[in-house]
Amino acid sequence: MTRVDVPFGRRAVGARGARAAGVDAAPRAAGAGTLHIDWTRCDGRGLCTELLPELLDRDEWGYPLARTGPGSDVAVPAELARAARQAVALCPRAALRLG
Amino acid sequence: MTMTQPIRTSVAGPTGVRRLFAAPAPDLASHLAAFGPMPAAFDEGHLIAELDDSGLTGRGGAAFPTWRKLIAAAESVPSKRGPAVVIANGAEGEPLSRKDATLLRSAPHLVLDGLLLAAATIRAGDVVLYAPASSFEPVARAIAERPDAGRVRLVAARDTFLSGEASAVVSAVGGGPAIPRDHPARLTDAGLRGAPTLVQNVETLAHVALLARFGATWFRQAGTPDDPGTRLVSLSGDLPVPAVFEVPGGVPLADALGAAGASVDGLRAVLVGGYHGAWVPASALSTRLSMQELAPFGATPGAGILMALGTHRCGLDAAAEIAAYLAGQSARQCGPCANGLPRLADVLRRLAARDRAEWLPGEVDRLARLVAGRGSCHHPDGTSRMVLSALTVFADDVREHLAGRCVVTS
Ligand code: SF4
Ligand code: SF4
Repeated sequence: MTRVDVPFGRRAVGARGARAAGVDAAPRAAGAGTLHIDWTRCDGRGLCTELLPELLDRDEWGYPLARTGPGSDVAVPAELARAARQAVALCPRAALRLG
Repeated sequence: MTMTQPIRTSVAGPTGVRRLFAAPAPDLASHLAAFGPMPAAFDEGHLIAELDDSGLTGRGGAAFPTWRKLIAAAESVPSKRGPAVVIANGAEGEPLSRKDATLLRSAPHLVLDGLLLAAATIRAGDVVLYAPASSFEPVARAIAERPDAGRVRLVAARDTFLSGEASAVVSAVGGGPAIPRDHPARLTDAGLRGAPTLVQNVETLAHVALLARFGATWFRQAGTPDDPGTRLVSLSGDLPVPAVFEVPGGVPLADALGAAGASVDGLRAVLVGGYHGAWVPASALSTRLSMQELAPFGATPGAGILMALGTHRCGLDAAAEIAAYLAGQSARQCGPCANGLPRLADVLRRLAARDRAEWLPGEVDRLARLVAGRGSCHHPDGTSRMVLSALTVFADDVREHLAGRCVVTS
């Protein structure tokens, strides 16, 4: 068994730590970020789909459906940043978050 | 805790693939005779290096590299929320999975060793073993046999499909319902009551206990380069001896099924990865139980669940039954999951029942794609995967059913 002679700690775990962080980091799309839908809060009345029709459609039960395909995280292009922030602020269930 | 001497073990690592079950009995003396004592002092950096070199991934289903999760929890800033928490997860949830219960019964000391090693590595202040109450007896007996495990808290898991999902585990251990949460922050950053929390499957921890003793080179003597080590598989369905086996990583499916006495001739297909898994047709059972080889089928080794479907059984019937069960297990928090899964299960049931409406397969497909990715946990994604795979692998059944016939009975 080979012994790797590094004391443990924030600095020492360094190379691996950086690798772990690097691989984990979500790729940042060009644009205003990502709109995250918390499905445990959303009640599907669809206010967000009215504020962001370019981005969000409604499914047959009223829940937001990203036009780019199903998912909980929707990439927001720069020109829709304002509308996205508004949707976050106005969602009655605080189910939206911009990240 | 820096070590000055290299780790010495008094016992060589088990040879062959009987590793986790190498001790003939679950008591401490048998455990020590088979594996030797835990390294008395160990270097956390060294353990993480060995875990990285070993290629060990989580055996609970998500297959996340174990070293990476440990390092994330270890490096997470100890906050005002309190010291880190480590949770050994023995809640299988999945009705077809028996491996964690079997492991806790047969080798509780290995799981405790791994849990205590993980706790030391991340300097955990709270050490929890979360499992169905039916597994407590062998674990409690093992805890009583050793002086170092007194701090391990046992928390009972409920018997629901999602009870083992990581965020549901954290919720349940915190006294809440065992249902998933939307978790934007990683649990290793902010889990139980906001403290950095490491949730690790009990089989993974048992492998950690062996790796700390015998190292990565030994670990890789079993398995394949892309699926090193051994893994536990729960074999069920139309098989002579449904049971849990320890197999080398990357074992061909036919060999794993052979261990349970199955001959490939009697099978139509195998569900790989459990109810959230995917079907592999009998014609492809030389496929290995590895990420790479299972990818074309949409399957992964997952938690090592293989359910055999005999030639006398209708694939659509089997899939519809599972879909109905899964729809019933939705935690009903997320609209697309709560509404979509019952609808999906119902349309699939009609197809399985040979309702001859032409639009049924297309509607199954549409609904399965509509719910995928639209929940706070992977329940809709897993359900969607299993159903879509059934449409592909049992395409003959779909055609026959629409004609009012059945491949199996006609
Ligand atoms: S506004 Fe909020 S609650 Fe309403 S549908 Fe959109 S996300 Fe859901
Ligand atoms: S996706 Fe379904 S099972 Fe998962 S948290 Fe939401 S409602 Fe519950």
